[in-house]
Amino acid sequence: MAISLKKLSHKESPIAPGHRACAGCGSIIAIRQVLMATEGPVVCSMATGCMEVATTIFPYSAWRVPFIHNAFENSAATMSGVETAYRALKKQGKIDKEIKFIAFGGDGGTYDIGLQSLSGAMERGHDLLYVCYNNEAYMNTGIQRSSATPKGAATSTAPAGKAIPGKKQYSKDLTEIMVAHDIPYAAQASPHNFLDLMKKVQIALNIEGPKFINILTSCHRGWRVPQNTSIDVCKMAVETKFWPLYEVENGVYKINYKPKKDVPIEEWLKTQRRFAHLFKPENRHIIDELQNHTDQKWKKLLDLAGEK
Amino acid sequence: MSKTLPLTGNYACAHAMAQIEPDVVACYPITPQTELMHKFADFVADGKVKTEFILVESEHSAMSACVGAAAAGARVMTATSSQGLALMWEIVYIASSLRLPLVMPLVNRALSGPINIHCDHSDAMGARDSGWIQLFCENSQEVYDTTVQAVKIAENKEVLLPVMVCFDGFIISHTTERVDILEDHEVKEFVGQYQPDHPLLDVDHPVTYGPLDLPDYYFEHKKQESDAMKNATQVVIDVGKAYKALSGREYGIFEKYLTEDADYIILCMGSTAGTAKAAADDQRARGNKVGVLKLRMFRPFPADELAQALAGAKAVAVLDRADSFNALGGPLWGDLRSALYGKCSVPVSNYIYGLGGRDIDIDMIGQVFEDLKAGKYSDKAYYLGVRE
Repeated sequence: MAISLKKLSHKESPIAPGHRACAGCGSIIAIRQVLMATEGPVVCSMATGCMEVATTIFPYSAWRVPFIHNAFENSAATMSGVETAYRALKKQGKIDKEIKFIAFGGDGGTYDIGLQSLSGAMERGHDLLYVCYNNEAYMNTGIQRSSATPKGAATSTAPAGKAIPGKKQYSKDLTEIMVAHDIPYAAQASPHNFLDLMKKVQIALNIEGPKFINILTSCHRGWRVPQNTSIDVCKMAVETKFWPLYEVENGVYKINYKPKKDVPIEEWLKTQRRFAHLFKPENRHIIDELQNHTDQKWKKLLDLAGEK
Repeated sequence: MSKTLPLTGNYACAHAMAQIEPDVVACYPITPQTELMHKFADFVADGKVKTEFILVESEHSAMSACVGAAAAGARVMTATSSQGLALMWEIVYIASSLRLPLVMPLVNRALSGPINIHCDHSDAMGARDSGWIQLFCENSQEVYDTTVQAVKIAENKEVLLPVMVCFDGFIISHTTERVDILEDHEVKEFVGQYQPDHPLLDVDHPVTYGPLDLPDYYFEHKKQESDAMKNATQVVIDVGKAYKALSGREYGIFEKYLTEDADYIILCMGSTAGTAKAAADDQRARGNKVGVLKLRMFRPFPADELAQALAGAKAVAVLDRADSFNALGGPLWGDLRSALYGKCSVPVSNYIYGLGGRDIDIDMIGQVFEDLKAGKYSDKAYYLGVRE
């Protein structure tokens, strides 16, 4: 079903206003977009992290849909239990509604500490959508590096020091790890292209089985960008091909957006002060390495999508 | 109408689980719990239960999925041992704080390290402050009966706390005994239909489980959990009585064996109680007034009841199948001394025994009775059956 802005403007957001996310938080925008794309009853889980903390400070909750937070590393396992309970009770005739299940986690709860739980849930084939809001570090606890943090970025545990210029490693390609689980649907999205993001959520929720969407979400505290640029900075990650928008449905790759022109990676890097040290002469080689890495990844993606 | 089957503790437990027929079981195999899980998997594979069985990739995910499924509104069980419980530990606390009435057989096994697959109670003791009710079983019959009762205890609205059904790895889990089994319908009627209060799957009444609870509310919620644990004692007693009416087998918070006129009493838990009873019989045959107090309910700890039961003794020895590594004594002993303080001045000595499956026999327990009679006492634990 097509996404209609007119209809959406009349839809009550499943996330209520008054939550305590930062002004300009990319993650809460992305999560709201995901939920606005749902059409029937939905039950959500969330890993410990910014979005859980900001939306559920007792006795308040921003969630207008059933919600469970269990711990940091187990959003997928928790939701696999919820979804299994649903199947059990439906089989017994105790529930007749069609309900969809969405598990959320940040990059910490998904790429790192929750990877086993996520992999297990995907392998078991639960009928749920896992959404990673990937803001590329452990922002909730004070901007520590994660395996999603880009090479060269300064974080509080991998700072740009005199001897070491930020994170040494490239980010882990979790989307491809999910594709390797042979799940029916995996995709990358960005909140700047909300029609693409919401369409992916709708496609995913209409497929039976385990689905995964990885959404790049900016964090002005961690990325060190002005609050009013949170959407622009996500867009630039896509324009520079650092964060390609693509989907893999039943093994078939489709690139959803191909930038019209080649925008160098430094156009994205220079918007964020977490990369500021890379522009010193002695660190320029890291920018070159990032460019090279991004080019190679893009070429590989073109290959996979049959668009050499 | 019951029937008698030759069952190991694991099989007795699996039979009880099949008759309870939970909506969801999420489980990960670990020695010595494995055969329990295998047997239950057979019931699932043969279509004898309607249970949805989730074969998770770790115990951490087992407990996580159990929490999700129970919050969703399902009746849920899992089972584990030792390292499995240790890996679950984080979520074990969350399950009780969310007041989810899970039932988890814990086939007691020593914690690593060094790695060891045999029985002691260090796994259960590591979770003794987790807000779970902990019931210990002496034999396979008790495993079966306690598993059935655990569902009714956990789901009582005055309790709503998860229950661990603890039984000794290999000693009970792998020993075949006669076990009387109730009819399926008797178990089903006894446990009744599960009626969750605020299930996640009631999408017309959305609730938030697991919110962030700051200093303005956390304390009250923990106090409510503590109150629920206090309520559990009477519920364990009541469910035990109701079960007696059904099965003829009586269960309370502890069993008094020859203690009424006893001068010297041994307090212990699990399979060792059977050995201790035999040792008490030997002593009685020689005219020594001794008895055994088998503690069934370790959490909540029945402090007042124990003080009353031990008030007439001249000396008591506590057998602990776990060390607290506090340079003082075992956990059961510590709790008992605290329970007796100011109420009862009977000297209570402590024997740590059986770690990592080290055998304990009638003669060793007989020696403890002899020690009590001889007035041997220390305010630190003795170690029974260890080479020093």
